Amino acid sequence: MTSRRTTSSEKTTGSENSLWTVTLATLRKDIRLEWRSKDALNSMLFFSLLVVVIFVFSFDPLAEESRHIVGGLVWVAFLFAAVVALNQTWARELRNQVLDAYRVSPAPANALFLAKALGNFLFVSVLEALMTPLFVIFYNLRVLGPAWQLIPIAALGTWALVVNGTFFAAMSLRTRSREIMLPLLLFPISIPAVLGMVAGTTAVLTGDNPAHFYIVLLLTYDVVFTTACLALFETILHAE
Amino acid sequence: MGILPRIVTKTTASTISVTNVIKQFGRFAALRGVTAEFDAGRFHAILGDNGAGKTTLLRALAGLAQPTSGEISIFGKSPKAACRELGYMAHPSLLYDEMSGMENLRYFAGLYGIAGDSRCAEVIQAVGLDPELTRGVGQYSQGMRQRMSLARAILQDPKVLLLDEPFSNVDVHSAREMVGLLKGMRDAGKTIFVVTHQALLLDGVADEFVWMEAGQIVDRTATAARATGSREEPQ
Repeated sequence: MTSRRTTSSEKTTGSENSLWTVTLATLRKDIRLEWRSKDALNSMLFFSLLVVVIFVFSFDPLAEESRHIVGGLVWVAFLFAAVVALNQTWARELRNQVLDAYRVSPAPANALFLAKALGNFLFVSVLEALMTPLFVIFYNLRVLGPAWQLIPIAALGTWALVVNGTFFAAMSLRTRSREIMLPLLLFPISIPAVLGMVAGTTAVLTGDNPAHFYIVLLLTYDVVFTTACLALFETILHAE
Repeated sequence: MGILPRIVTKTTASTISVTNVIKQFGRFAALRGVTAEFDAGRFHAILGDNGAGKTTLLRALAGLAQPTSGEISIFGKSPKAACRELGYMAHPSLLYDEMSGMENLRYFAGLYGIAGDSRCAEVIQAVGLDPELTRGVGQYSQGMRQRMSLARAILQDPKVLLLDEPFSNVDVHSAREMVGLLKGMRDAGKTIFVVTHQALLLDGVADEFVWMEAGQIVDRTATAARATGSREEPQ
């Protein structure tokens, strides 16, 4: 071990630790960790695959019936799978108490929240991209409404799940049974968003009603809850 | 020679002061009215039995444990406001096991706005490790993890170092090297707090030994003689 001293003159400070700089650095770090461990993605994929298979064996609907029920099945599968990922989100910050290293730093608390939420959004979106074709094949789906509307419904719905999920996962971090606590907190507050997702998806699949209302509902939900989570996260992060 | 706890009457920008700090966890009081003033640029060893409140005091100084009552001042600022001047090393490593030492430090450097890899490489070398090591920190030996954890704590070149049991699970040779490194930092003007059970390791290096019992500072001595049972006379 060298006994080299660290002095102020040797300090290399340059870029700012601004919200977006830290958010991107934390997001990169989380993607790298997930790529190496594949904890969240593997468990989400196996879980949702299992749900799809169970649903396929449980229901054997006609194509017309499928269009009415698949919206609900898809989002229930994604909701439960997302909870698996959300529980993993903070688990790696608890190992070796790494979260304390963040808490003692001058980095903005919301940067951590945004990075976690964006990371979860990415992981759940990957899951959705992989699982949606399976639903289409197994349920012989053909979209009768404007298919492009499924993209904003999926994006806004996924964000609704992960933004609240990330927040409540952080909130239940120090509770003894946090894996049970997360769905107990998340599911009731997600009801309006889940209704919007299911009804919006069904509207597009059947082509019966326009889905604009549900897109606006999801957008409003996202804005309100993202703002609330950002306003409260610093308190949650520094709570003992 | 003993140094009794000094009652803080005025907080100055050159000291670290703890004024009547009480920290309760439910009904259990981990700190019971701790009042002390610590001079800057000195090496303070905090000693005591398990449950004496050493780690809680260190966490309170780091801003990680909010006192139930009382006040902590780091050079005239709250621990939160002084966070850039504090380097904290906990008993766990505070590092991601799946990432290499360099990847870990690069991430934490970003939290302090430190750009580039040169500073990270510098502190890794300063603690006697190789910045080129590519394996995850989880595969390091305990001693290497402790050193890497120290590298993370000194990354932003803090004025105050708060180290919780930095020599635990480290062999004697490595522990002495770490002590030498800390001594060098103290000589360079850093204020160092070390919570340890290995008081004798710091004898002749630490400027004072702060003894804690049941959540209170009960003595402050210039040597670790009390650790061997020969309690010193208070000053």
